[in-house]
Amino acid sequence: MSANPNAPAVELVDLKVGFGKVEVVDGVDLRLERGQAMALIGESGSGKSVTLRAILRLFPEGRSRTRGKIAVAGRDVLALSKRELADFRGHVAAMIFQEPLLAFDPVYTVGRQITEAIRRHEKIDAAGARQRALALFERVRIPSPERRLDAYPHEMSGGMRQRAMIALALACRPQVLLADEPTTALDATVQIQILLLLRELQRDLGLSIILVTHDLGAAVEVADRISVMYAGRIVETGTAHQVVLDPHHPYTIGLLRSRAEGALAKEVDGKRARLQTIPGSPPDLANRPAGCPFAPRCFLAIDKCRETPPSVEVGGGHLAACWRTEEASAAYRAGPQPVRAEAAA
Amino acid sequence: MLLYILKRLVAVTPVAFGVSLVCFLLVHLAPGDPLSAILPADATQATIDEMRAAYGFDKPLPVQYAIWLWHVLHGDLGVSIATGRPVLGEVTRAVVNSLILASVATLIGFTFGTLFGFVAGYHRNSILDRVASAISVFGVSVPHYWLGMVMVIVFSANLGWLPPTGAGPDGSGNWRPDFEHLRFIILPAVTMSVIPMGIIARTVRALVADILAQDFVEALRAKGLDEVGVFKHVVRNAAPTALAIMGLQLGYLLGGSILIETVFAWPGTGFLLNAAIFQRDLPLLQGSILVLAMFFVALNLLVDVMQTALDPRIERA
Repeated sequence: MSANPNAPAVELVDLKVGFGKVEVVDGVDLRLERGQAMALIGESGSGKSVTLRAILRLFPEGRSRTRGKIAVAGRDVLALSKRELADFRGHVAAMIFQEPLLAFDPVYTVGRQITEAIRRHEKIDAAGARQRALALFERVRIPSPERRLDAYPHEMSGGMRQRAMIALALACRPQVLLADEPTTALDATVQIQILLLLRELQRDLGLSIILVTHDLGAAVEVADRISVMYAGRIVETGTAHQVVLDPHHPYTIGLLRSRAEGALAKEVDGKRARLQTIPGSPPDLANRPAGCPFAPRCFLAIDKCRETPPSVEVGGGHLAACWRTEEASAAYRAGPQPVRAEAAA
Repeated sequence: MLLYILKRLVAVTPVAFGVSLVCFLLVHLAPGDPLSAILPADATQATIDEMRAAYGFDKPLPVQYAIWLWHVLHGDLGVSIATGRPVLGEVTRAVVNSLILASVATLIGFTFGTLFGFVAGYHRNSILDRVASAISVFGVSVPHYWLGMVMVIVFSANLGWLPPTGAGPDGSGNWRPDFEHLRFIILPAVTMSVIPMGIIARTVRALVADILAQDFVEALRAKGLDEVGVFKHVVRNAAPTALAIMGLQLGYLLGGSILIETVFAWPGTGFLLNAAIFQRDLPLLQGSILVLAMFFVALNLLVDVMQTALDPRIERA
């Protein structure tokens, strides 16, 4: 378990995760430097949450296959023994779940569940662990923290629960924080508070964060880098600026154009542009089309797209897996007029 | 919590009165004259009327009920028509015997039921699950008087290891916790334990499978708990429901064991009820049904309180 201090926080090389005959994650390469925040975005079923859970090896061995390389802070996660894995979880890398009401055990107080995690990883007495939990509650700004420690999960509000979940994740001072759609279950006003809290904690504690979300706004708010996933692969990755302002993959363009803000901002001939959707639906992963998985829905698809496109560098550290990155970029800059999308609608 | 218990006690009072009314009326609905059992067939009308007046059967039903209830509230369940002994003493002795038998049976059933349930729930759809499920289905569906007779044939008649009937070597109806008496309780208790075992096993299996499929189990693993740590959480989550089922099973066994108590001649409430019904011993019948029903009410109350203490999501209102 020797950890190289210069190793990246998370490094995935050709990660494949399969259930039965279906490869849900199909060759993901990802590198997260220490102290960085990366957002993993994509539609439901794109494999982003599966990728995140694979980093903690949360899938039962019998019913899943995980291949490739997973390295977290220099540790080879797939080589860890059961005991080492339990020591690693929560201590080196911790996870924040989408629905905190379901992610807390309903019959224990929240404080008890946090001290349980602390005492699992460190030799510390009950009073000391409670003191730590109290400090954590103050850190995530839960009002009247002393009282909230003795509350049961169902006695808290949604935003408060997610703060408590973040406190739980931070309990054993992990280096890597894995956040699985942490704001999806919350009200819009609470969402932004949680995102800002995550950002603040990341800066103050030097955390490395992977944020899984389908909300581009949330991604931009928190992340230095954005990776876009589609059908179990990363199709575009770059800094938040590169991906949002200068997208080079038709799928990223589709995601950007399907946002309400985009349609409101761009006016065509004095009228608001219509909200655009991506035609069709994500591929059935059991019958994956040959070549680029996005080709059947792509407004730029050509015959060549039946071959798997390589990841090409289109800017400094900005990669897109597409044969027609130039055309895609040009089409985005020209404005909202995808040809195939109109025809299909 | 104390306030909650008090509130529940107040809420239980009308239920208890309702139960007493049903107990009283139920017996009067049954056909036949209670006095026919003790009076000779050629008794004169004058004798019959005299006996009627002596037992109070000549008064209108509401008055009879009021008198009966008044006595019951003072701890007087009347005198058995068949034996002439106070009903309270008969019923108490029988209830103690049944309680002992039912408790031992529930304990055996609960132990094996939870064991099978956890194994099956943890290894769903495996061979272990099938075996455990088969045993529990057998437990729920086998006729218990038949199982009792088979047990007697095998362990008493053929092997001669255990006594087939009664509660003790002296033939008396008082069970004591010593080795000789223990030998008498094994066969009826094991036979009886098969019912709660099957029900508890199936309930616990479903509970465990349901708990293991919940998000918080993944979250527990994500914070570094090993399987032992996760198991503790599963037990704590399954406990309220499992204990509730156990309490209800104990209640059923207390009153519903007529067949098994008859097969093994166990001097409990089932045996007593059986006798009271066949002898049309009205006071005895009313008394034992009332005591059994009250036991059930009390057990339900206990289960409620226990569940509320164990599960913070149940409101203590």
